[in-house]
Amino acid sequence: MRVRLKVNGEDRAIDVPDQRLLVDTVRYDLGLTGTKLGCGVGVCGLCTVLVDGKMVSSCLMLTALVDGATITTIEGLEHDGQLDPVQTAFLKYGGFQCGICTPGQIMAAHALLQENPHPSDAEIKDWMMGNLCRCTGYYKILESVQRAAAGDV
Amino acid sequence: MIPFELHTPTTLDEALGLLAQYGDEARPIAGGTALVLLMEQHQGRPAHLVNLGRVAGLSGITTENGSLRIGAGTPHRLVEMNPAVKQGWSLLAETYARVATVRIRNVATVGGGLAHADPNQDPPPSYIALNARVQIASRQGTREVAMEDLFRDYYETQLQPGEVITEVVVPRPIASLRTAYLKFLPRTADDYPTVGVAVALDVQDGRCVAARIALNAVGPTVVRAREAENVLRGQMLNPDLLREAAATVPAITDPISDHRGSANYKSRMAEVFTRRALERALAA
Repeated sequence: MRVRLKVNGEDRAIDVPDQRLLVDTVRYDLGLTGTKLGCGVGVCGLCTVLVDGKMVSSCLMLTALVDGATITTIEGLEHDGQLDPVQTAFLKYGGFQCGICTPGQIMAAHALLQENPHPSDAEIKDWMMGNLCRCTGYYKILESVQRAAAGDV
Repeated sequence: MIPFELHTPTTLDEALGLLAQYGDEARPIAGGTALVLLMEQHQGRPAHLVNLGRVAGLSGITTENGSLRIGAGTPHRLVEMNPAVKQGWSLLAETYARVATVRIRNVATVGGGLAHADPNQDPPPSYIALNARVQIASRQGTREVAMEDLFRDYYETQLQPGEVITEVVVPRPIASLRTAYLKFLPRTADDYPTVGVAVALDVQDGRCVAARIALNAVGPTVVRAREAENVLRGQMLNPDLLREAAATVPAITDPISDHRGSANYKSRMAEVFTRRALERALAA
């Protein structure tokens, strides 16, 4: 079916099979390979994107169900060469090691600060618990989100 | 995923018509977090999906004559965040906040979760404890069932082909009702529970006037612990009585052994967590 999306600020119309997953649309139909596919069952958080501002697992979402929606991916956080504060914080405070989970971590943290600009440590942990990282031990991720929230970037 | 044809009706009548037309070949889809996963794993292969996501009037939370009405298309996250729910039905807000992760709760719908009928899910015990009812619609009309009668087996409800859940109705808890939902999570915070227990006790001057207790993850469906309720009802509450009530629970469990625990372990934890849930409700 023909699906219309606003992707990172740009209107797009694409033809996809009804069974197309949003993660595949993002990566292959739109060529935005910053979003990664991890577990494929909605648990690991690698494929996190925003649909109308809400974070979702794009591996469990049919593209056809979000016809007309606004999609934001990791590529959409930078504006005119300026990184999102969360991105800057992850760079400055070492919020990643191998990097595979990082786009999802940053999308989740960005969504958190959109909804709750000054989260407590407990709120950050509760929100981010669905984004798995096998390298960092999470301390640097937590610190990066705290710093971004504090404007300390 | 095996190909299917997607239909996107905009009215309930149109949706029910499509479901009647395709019968066994069709499944409704709302958020899709459960159904897409099953289809990806080839556990289900409907030829037609009827998208309920654009059906007008299926989503939203209202209060009417003291009852809470939750549209079947309402995402979990909106129940958890709703001020009226937090204020008057805090057990539901707390329960929905424990489901999976925010990503899933943004998408998974109230009705979709119930129709999926995974016995590990968090909301059904809390709904049963609060004596909730489910509104069901089909081309033949509408009917209402008690939440505790909805579930039949693993992933099976009493919904017939052509029927959809349209609404959940929850009476307002009376002021003397003490509630709790306790979820045993030995693995990760976003997991299904090893066992989960919801309790609602009407306690007046230390005496238990009424009790409703339900558990998930201990059998093919969510179960109501009627024997435990009988132990408590009409009695002055004390720690020994709570222990006595909880001791009746393993007998009604029929769990499977899996990565969340052996069957025997789950049965024993069902007793422990029932007692703790009763204690928590009374401490609140």
